[in-house]
Order: sequence, then C-alpha cells, then structure tokens
Amino acid sequence: MNARRLADLMPPLAFGLAWLALWEAGLRLLHVPVIILPPPSVIAMRFTTSIPTLAADFWQTIKGVLVGYAIGCVSGLLVAVLVDRSQFLERGLLPLGNLVSALPIVGIAPIMVMWFGFDWQSKAAVGVLMTFFPMLVNTVVGLWSAGAMERDLMKTYGASYRQTLFALRLPAALPFVFNALKINTTLAMIGAIVAEFFGTPIVGMGFRISTEVGHLGIDMVWATVVVAAVTGSLFYALVAGVERRVTFWHASYRARGA
Amino acid sequence: MKSAVPIATVILAILAAWYVAAALMNAPLQRDLYANAGRTDYSTQDLIVDSLNMERPKLPGPHQVVGELWRLVFATAPTSKRSLVYHGLITLEETLIGFLIGAGLGIGLAVLIVAVRWLERSLMPWIVASQMVPIIALAPMIVVILYQFDITGVAPKAAIAAYLSFFPITVGMVKGFRSPDPLQLDLMRTYSATPLQTFLKLRAPASAPFFFASMKIGAAAAVVGAVVAEVTKSEDGGLGARLLAGSYYGQTVQIWAALFAAAALSAALVGIIGLIGRAAEQRMGFIP
Amino acid sequence: MGVASTPSPVRDDVGKAPLNEVAIDIIGLSLRFDTRDGPVQALSNINLKVARGEFVSFIGPSGCGKTTLLRAVADLETPTSGAIRVNGMSPHEARAKRAYGYVFQAPALYPWRTVASNIALPLEIMGFDKTEREARVKKGLDLVNLGGFGNKFPWQLSGGMQQRASIARALSFDPDLLLMDEPFGALDEIVRDMLNQQLLTLWEVTGKTVLFVTHSIPEAVFLSTHILVMSPRPGRIFDVIECNFPRDRQLEFRETPEFMAIANRVRHGLRQGHSYDG
Repeated sequence: MNARRLADLMPPLAFGLAWLALWEAGLRLLHVPVIILPPPSVIAMRFTTSIPTLAADFWQTIKGVLVGYAIGCVSGLLVAVLVDRSQFLERGLLPLGNLVSALPIVGIAPIMVMWFGFDWQSKAAVGVLMTFFPMLVNTVVGLWSAGAMERDLMKTYGASYRQTLFALRLPAALPFVFNALKINTTLAMIGAIVAEFFGTPIVGMGFRISTEVGHLGIDMVWATVVVAAVTGSLFYALVAGVERRVTFWHASYRARGA
Repeated sequence: MKSAVPIATVILAILAAWYVAAALMNAPLQRDLYANAGRTDYSTQDLIVDSLNMERPKLPGPHQVVGELWRLVFATAPTSKRSLVYHGLITLEETLIGFLIGAGLGIGLAVLIVAVRWLERSLMPWIVASQMVPIIALAPMIVVILYQFDITGVAPKAAIAAYLSFFPITVGMVKGFRSPDPLQLDLMRTYSATPLQTFLKLRAPASAPFFFASMKIGAAAAVVGAVVAEVTKSEDGGLGARLLAGSYYGQTVQIWAALFAAAALSAALVGIIGLIGRAAEQRMGFIP
Repeated sequence: MGVASTPSPVRDDVGKAPLNEVAIDIIGLSLRFDTRDGPVQALSNINLKVARGEFVSFIGPSGCGKTTLLRAVADLETPTSGAIRVNGMSPHEARAKRAYGYVFQAPALYPWRTVASNIALPLEIMGFDKTEREARVKKGLDLVNLGGFGNKFPWQLSGGMQQRASIARALSFDPDLLLMDEPFGALDEIVRDMLNQQLLTLWEVTGKTVLFVTHSIPEAVFLSTHILVMSPRPGRIFDVIECNFPRDRQLEFRETPEFMAIANRVRHGLRQGHSYDG
C-alpha cells in the first residue's frame, strides 16, 4: 500500500519540480526584473528571512478562518437538522440556499468590518456566512439520501423520528456533510483573506499581500501566498483524513479495491 | 410551483427579521443623534421610523437599499460615475471576457487531460491541489504585475476572473468527459471509432449536464474574481470599486446597493445559464 | 446446522396472538393508487384468513399486487377500503407493537454497521438491554449459519450472506410473523436453493407465521402450506392451493409427482390469470 502511494506521488511531484526548474531557469535567462516575477530561489530566500512576520500574519488570519469555519459549519448542520422536521421550511430554504451559493458573498466583507471592527472577528463573520449555506444545503440533501427501503425498515420497527434520525439518516448524511466540510475549508480561507483587504490591524496574510503589492515587494507577496497555499492544503488534507476514518464504509472508498 | 408558497413565506420572514434587526441595531445611533440635536421629546414610534431612515445606518432597512438601488440605476444617468449601471457594465464586461477565456481554457485543458493519459497523472493532482489555495490571494499581485506591462483597465480584472473560473470548469468537464459508461466506450471500440469520433459522438454529448453545472459555477466565480480585482485597483471603476468607496467613506447604504447589484449580476448570469441548460438537457433527453 | 432448541425469553409488549388463532384476517381489502397516468387498482376485494404457523406464498406476474398486499399488512401502505387485522390488531397497532419482521428484496443492511450491529439494530430501537442484545445477536448469527461473521461489514459479504443476515435481523426480536418480499430474487440458483432449504428448516423449528412473496413457482411450491395465485388488473386472488407436503422435506422432493402436480396447478392458474397486453 505504501509503495503504491509513493508511486502515485511520483508523476505530480516530477511535474512540479520540472516546472519549478523551468521557472527558475527561464526567468534568469530572460533577465526578467524581480519586481515582475521573482524566480523560486528569490522567494525561498525571502521566506527564510521573514519568518517572524509570516508567522504573525499566519496567526492573525488563521484565528478568523478557524472560528468562522467552526461556527458556520456547526450552525449550518444544526439548522439543517431543525429544518428537516418541516417540509414546508425545506421547500422554502433550499432554493434560497442554492441561490446564495451563486452570489459573491465575499462582498459582505466591508459590512462585516463595519460591524465587527478591524480585528479577526470580522474575518470570522465573513467565514461564517460563506460556510453556512454550503453546509446547510449539503446536510439537507444528505439527510434525504437514505434509501426508501432503509427508511421503510425503520418504520417496521416502529422507530420514532428521533431514532430514525440518529440511527439512519445522520450516518447516511455524513458523506454529504464531509463534502461541505471540505469545500468550506477553502471558502473560510478566501473569506478571511479578502476581508483583510477591506480593513485589518497591521498584520494578517491579506494585509501583507495588499501592502506588499503596493510597495512592489512581489517576492514577499509570493512568500505569503506559499504560506496560504500550504495552510489551505493542510487544512483540506486534515478534513479529508477525518472523512476517510469516519465514512470508511462509503462506496467511493470501497471502489478503490478495499 | 408547490415551492412558491414556502419560498415566499421564508422571504417575507427574512424581510421582517431584517426590519427588526435594523431598528434594533440603529436605535442607539439614532438616540445619539437625538441627543446631539438636543431633542428629548421623541416617542418610540419616532425612534423606530427614524432608525429605519438614517443617512449612515449600521444596518440599512430593506426599503433604503431598494431606494438607493432604484436611484443609482434608474434615476442616475448611465454615463455618470455614480450610476450603478455604469459600474455594473464595467464589471459585466470584465466578467464576460474573463468567463469566456476561463471556459475556453477550462474545456481545452479538460480535453487535453482526457486525451493524454500521462498528463492526467502529473497535472490533475496539481489542479485539485490548487483548489485548496485561496487563489484570491493572488489577485492583487496579478493586477499589479500586469500594470507593469501597461495592461490596464478591463484586462487585468478579466484575467483574474478567467483565473478563478477556469479551475472548476476544468474539474467539472474532466468528470463529464469521463462520465460515459465503460460499456458505451467499449461499443465505440467495436466500431473501430477514432478517438476524435468517440469524443465528438459520445464524450461530448454525455458531458452536457456537467457542462452546464460547471458553467454556472464558473460564471459565479468569474463575478467574484472581477469584483475582488476591482477592490484591488479601484481607479477603473466597477462594482467592487463602489464597495471599496462606500467602505472608505462610511456610506453604508451605498455598500449594500453595490453588493445587491453584484449579487443580481451573478444571479442573472447563473439563472440564464440555468435556463439554457435546462432547455438543452430536455432536448437531449437528460431530463424527462 | 446450528439450531436453537430452547425458546428465548419473550418481551410481553411484542404483539402475539394466542395459539391456533387467526394470525391475519383480511376482509374486502381494496387499494387504489392515483398515478400520473390515472388511477391504478392495485388490489380489489381481497379476502384471506391466515392461521398461526402457516407458510403462505403469494405468486403472480408484475402488477398483481402481491407486494402491495404485503406492504398493506405491514402498515407501509394504506387501504382504500376494507379491513386488515394482524394478531387481532390493526396494522398500525401491530407495527407499533413490533408484531412482525420484514425482509426486503435487497438486504438493506446499513453499511456503517457491522453484521452483528445490523442484527442488533431493531433490538436497540426497541430498547433491549446490552446483555440481551448480545445473546440474541449470537443466536441469530448461528441460526442463519453466519457465526464468526459478526465483525464483518455488509459489503465484505456475498449477496446470499447479506440476505441471511437480513433474515437474522428480522428474527432477532422474536416476532410471531415474518413478512418476506422476494427475499431471494437477486441471488443465483444454487444459493437460492440452499437458502430455500434453510428457510424451510428455520420455519419448521421456530413455528413462525410466514407471508412470502415470490416470482418463482418451484420456490412457492417447495416452501408453502398455502399458495395464493394472484392476477393483475385489478390485483386479486385467482386461486388458493393447499399443500400438505411432509415436514423435513429436502430439495429432492421437487422431483416427486405430488410436487409436480401442485406446480402445474400453479402454472395453470398463472397462465389463466395473466394477460399479455403489457
């Protein structure tokens, strides 16, 4: 199993390394000015000399990301379970939830900054709004994904609504819930960073990007972007790892030859 | 149709809650305004009505937002720098150009990935991983870099819009081109069909539902890209620029109006694609 | 063949009828579905009495209402007119009192639970305590020859084994009545034969009342004390055939003349009641 995973990683790693090498060589050969596009070596250097700043920026932004993510996902889940009782409410909320996911919710950022101030709380607020609706929609759909036969089975046991919810419909909804949890990692990060474009104390990844862009410190911008990318990937991988443990029984995992 | 009543009920409930929230949130500010004007003889009704009609409220009432929208769309000349039509068209232009480029790139990349097997194993993981990167972090940088090359105005924003929309389209279309049943692919092989024939006669039509679904996501992403890019470089106008201006000058109602305009733009684009998609899918037999 | 000979303690809120009474009484049952293409008379004036301990098969072409009839007894469908009494109660009360176990066409095991945990599902819902549950699960696994597979997940088992697990689940809370809707339809013939033999033995040992829906003539004739031949449009009972076959019969019995005679009668009834106009 481990050898196979290593073999799976080879092609993308090779591709990535090749791309980096090309980037470095191409820029140096063409003498492209560093303020336009720095080669990877310059970015790496900038990275190592700016660790305190990058760490402080990371800490500031991640507070908003995690709190927003947690509140948004939990409230989305709870509201979905509450709404599940009423078909009327569901028919009203679901289309609206779908509509909202088509809107640039990110635009709510200046309003949140106005209400919650410059610090990380406004970034969390944006995160809550961005993660709430995907969670709500996915959980509602997931609760209804349990098969008719499985539901009839519960009926033949004379099971109550609560028993059916906990023994059947919530477990059946888990794959959908995790789908939303994964999407929401990216949404929470985008929300926090963009919100920082609209106002922040002098620290934070979004702040760093917008100010360094103003000073044309593009190598610092790239260094921050690397931090953001690694953070995002780790966050996503963490959630995907939990998903694998919890929904091991789902068909999508079995298909890989369990 | 049976969803109409529930949806209407929920919307009305939201509006009612909005009004209550606005009155509650603005009341303290309104009380301060009264105090500054030396007025002490106001009734609760006065307080409520005035709270819902403040010039710089914490939360504008729905009627204020609608009123401002109306004013900036219909009562202002479309050529004026205050008109939401003016800025909306700028954003629309950036969105459409970016979306078309992004769609072209996305579909093209998807075709390549499906056609060339080694490309998938080396490229797809990066494409999937890139979804985890907050791409929006790159927006300011791209805009500035392009400025160095004297690429200004609509183009940098369109570039960001293209960049944001092309990833979901690529992923969606790869899924779509791969969606035919293995049995159907085998059938093509028994006809000795060339890869091009298999693509045109099987993979492409089969991908129709995925096409429209990813177009909708791509369009919404393009709007977000254009708006955020405008926030970065607001001299050239656009709805994002209005958002920024409103937040600089504390013009709450202006922020809300710009936000609603952007939302309306996104909803309209997604809605149109949805309608076209439904009609196409019905004709192709995907929907009974 | 692992078979328990001592009866396990019975919960007294599980609805049971006294011995030799009528387990199921159906009077003038009619059921109409309103579909997009107009009303469909799924069942028309069904009259039926099933005594305790009988094995009754319903056989007929698609659309004859056999599954609908079973579901009506289970309170999963509501009759348009007529009455059903299960153990002297209405189907709704019988369901609330957990009077029957239902086996579907597919195993319908929950993939996130082990086999043992799946068999325990009704016991958890009905509030049995932990020791009781464990005892019953073990007994159930042995009864269907799945001892040792309790820790596996459903998708690690073959189709036949999964269906046996679902039968064990239906029996775990010891209902009087077993309702089975084409339980072996999706399995291959060898497995099917084996499960037929096992089901027959299980029935003989436990003395349950069984309502069994099937498409297969040999299956119906082999297993039943009574066979109801149904015909469609509207769904009704065409013929009732009584079988007094020897107990402890084995699969070889299917080659005897008595078996063939009944099978022919069933076939004849099906042909007569069947219409081919689609």
